[in-house]
Amino acid sequence: MVKNTTKIPENDPLNNPEIVADIDTIINANRYLPGATMVVLNELQNKIGYITEPMQQYVANKLHVPVSQVHGVVSFYSFFTTKPRGKHTIKFCMGTACYVGGTPQLIEKAKQVLGVDVGETTPDGEITLEVCRCVGACSQAPVVVVDDSVHGRVRPNKFPQVIRSIQTKQNQ
Amino acid sequence: MKFYRSHVLVCIDPECRSKGAYEVLDALQDELVANGLIDEVQVLETSRIGGCDQGPEIMVYPEGVHYANLTPDDMAFIVEEHFLKGRIAKKFLLPITSVVDEELSAPTPKEIRIVLRNCGKIDPQNIEDYIAEDGYMALAKVLTEMTPEDVIDEVMKSGLRGRGGAGFPTAKKWSFARASAGTPKYLICNADEGDPGAFMNRRVLEGDPHAVIEGMAIAAYAIGCSQGYIYCRAEYPIAVSTLRLGIQQAREMGLLGQNILGTDFSFDLEVRMGAGAFVCGEETALMASIEGKRGEPRPRPPFPAVSGLWGKPTNINNVETYANVPQIILKGADWYASMGTEKSKGTKTFALAGDVKHTGLIEVPLGITLREIIFDVGGGIKDNKGFKAVQTGGPMGGCLPSEYLDLSVDYEALTAAGSMMGSGGMVVMDDETCMVDIARFFMEFTQDESCGKCTPCRVGTRRILDILDRICAGKGEDGDIELLEQLSQEIRTNSLCGLGQGAPNPVISTLKHFRHEYEAHIYEKKCPAKVCKALIRYEILPEACTGCTVCARNCPVGAITGERRGVHVIDSDICVRCGICQQVCNFNAVVVR
Ligand SMILES: Cc1cc2nc3c(=O)[nH]c(=O)nc-3n(C[C@H](O)[C@H](O)[C@H](O)COP(=O)(O)O)c2cc1C
Ligand code: SF4
Ligand code: FES
Repeated sequence: MVKNTTKIPENDPLNNPEIVADIDTIINANRYLPGATMVVLNELQNKIGYITEPMQQYVANKLHVPVSQVHGVVSFYSFFTTKPRGKHTIKFCMGTACYVGGTPQLIEKAKQVLGVDVGETTPDGEITLEVCRCVGACSQAPVVVVDDSVHGRVRPNKFPQVIRSIQTKQNQ
Repeated sequence: MKFYRSHVLVCIDPECRSKGAYEVLDALQDELVANGLIDEVQVLETSRIGGCDQGPEIMVYPEGVHYANLTPDDMAFIVEEHFLKGRIAKKFLLPITSVVDEELSAPTPKEIRIVLRNCGKIDPQNIEDYIAEDGYMALAKVLTEMTPEDVIDEVMKSGLRGRGGAGFPTAKKWSFARASAGTPKYLICNADEGDPGAFMNRRVLEGDPHAVIEGMAIAAYAIGCSQGYIYCRAEYPIAVSTLRLGIQQAREMGLLGQNILGTDFSFDLEVRMGAGAFVCGEETALMASIEGKRGEPRPRPPFPAVSGLWGKPTNINNVETYANVPQIILKGADWYASMGTEKSKGTKTFALAGDVKHTGLIEVPLGITLREIIFDVGGGIKDNKGFKAVQTGGPMGGCLPSEYLDLSVDYEALTAAGSMMGSGGMVVMDDETCMVDIARFFMEFTQDESCGKCTPCRVGTRRILDILDRICAGKGEDGDIELLEQLSQEIRTNSLCGLGQGAPNPVISTLKHFRHEYEAHIYEKKCPAKVCKALIRYEILPEACTGCTVCARNCPVGAITGERRGVHVIDSDICVRCGICQQVCNFNAVVVR
């Protein structure tokens, strides 16, 4: 029986039996591998997109390792996240030139179009909004980085076009 | 099996994908179907072909024709010209600048491809393609004709040294691991390539995975390992899947697993993924990571050969190191040792980046000069600007000025000059680069990636970065240079792992070669390269200004005033130094002071 010391929040993936089944499949496939913790966490991150604290506890119990070790690993590597992130990331440059060049208005527009704020992910799990430091393209201000490509001079009315580019990419 | 008269390799590297490689691939397939050629021409996906900055690109065999800068609309033309009419579509042809000469017969060839020999030439998803290029022959030779000692001797004679950074003689490392007591012994391939701007290993993993697998199997035989791991960074998902497929195919053919090729040698491989920590490239951190722990380095000794993965004797080498091994066995140590310098043999791959005309991957014999790499292979500096410095060795390397252009590129010479070989990043900088800013850029990276285990590295890099930030912001003080030097020495000598020990190198080398730039920032409050924003101002030349108002309309902060047809002025207090006015001015009236 799996012990739980903290109360699991309602929206945690552990409350979804389908996801729990996925988690169990991943753990069972790898539990006897030496160094299983990293393998399991990597697969969970890939499959589910994030690893909440209750999930870390669940993994620790199933793999018979201390929770502190699982938590230590999750917090050490930047690839692991504890909050859901979208398949795509849109980063708004908050460097000086972009900031004064209209990043705040752009973010307003993005909020309107996608219905989420910076630091959040759209409910369909597709797109996460973030801010970043100067990306070195100040003459193109304001700059938006979509996944890995830099879009310059993005006026609010051009923003929907930017999202279309990731939507087509993903249909392919 | 189906026979095709032509094979088209389409590069589906992230860079090419972002420029529409999949669209090109789809269009190509549609055109081939439309012209009834789909059973004659096979379309394959591969990683980087070569141009790197000229994607989407394709390579057509057997002709070996390289088309670049393609769009989906060009496919109709190419299919008609090349595949229907049999003529080369010249307008998309990429001029091949490098000499591909494996036998070293041509006089002083600038490029020799050993590690990259199959990349872009074979289908990395198909083991038979590799076998057709003499693949796994070296493994067969080793297992049937050579003792493990013979293998170590041969590699020793070749002079092969580690390509992951430090350049330790590979055969020596193997013999330590072989001699080490304790079983089982493990073999690891370091595919964590974390240097920003470096992608040499990725190209090999994605373009010729079996060369690495075969090299590892040979090393395993020499050392006496039965289990190996390839630790690949999570940012390389294509490399991971290509490797996994390759391992699967090798197992099916009896080239991995129990009793390889019917002998009593058994060896198997597993791919493990990193999770975005640069320090995991360091060997002890990497092993901790495979063990499922935080990737923190530990003191050496004990060296991995004595106590490595799970406390067992372990041999760890870089991707490129292993990829060289099959060729050395097949063609002989003497052939390999005929290239390079007295102490640095063979070739090295570099990711040439920065302000050179042709950026991308190259493989050159060691002992070549920096000048030959930058001006002959790289085509010289972009936009007819001047050369200022070249940075080798990644974030822990150093910057070398023009006096070092004729330096021989080998392990000893680079280290003596205050830089290092590293894993193969090479960034060329033109005369509009601020060296203080460059030092700051690398410090930002290392300070962000310090694992935090030891104080000199964690706190020291932060202190250096703060000072550099201050200098770039025009707030440098008398004594800052001396403080930087002192901090650098302390971090270098008191840090546990190579990251901390190497972190001050960009600062030390720029202080050594470009001290005057630091002094200009601190004492004159000037950035000679006109890069540091706080130290420059934009001005409008009254005699050149026509009063067209385009700058005033484009300035994001409204810092420019002036009447139509009258001379405009920039208010330096409002200006954010974004440079937009300079870009939009049609009369070159905006200057930086
Ligand atoms: C901070 C740090 C990062 C490193 N990153 C890498 C890397 O990405 N790839 C690599 O092969 N070696 C890297 N190394 C070097 C390894 O520790 C090790 O020396 C190397 O893998 C040995 O293989 P070789 O003998 O074939 O060069 C790094 C070292 C340090 C200190
Ligand atoms: S030198 Fe830096 S990266 Fe290396 S162990 Fe110490 S703190 Fe970690
Ligand atoms: S401020 Fe946005 S790119 Fe520099």
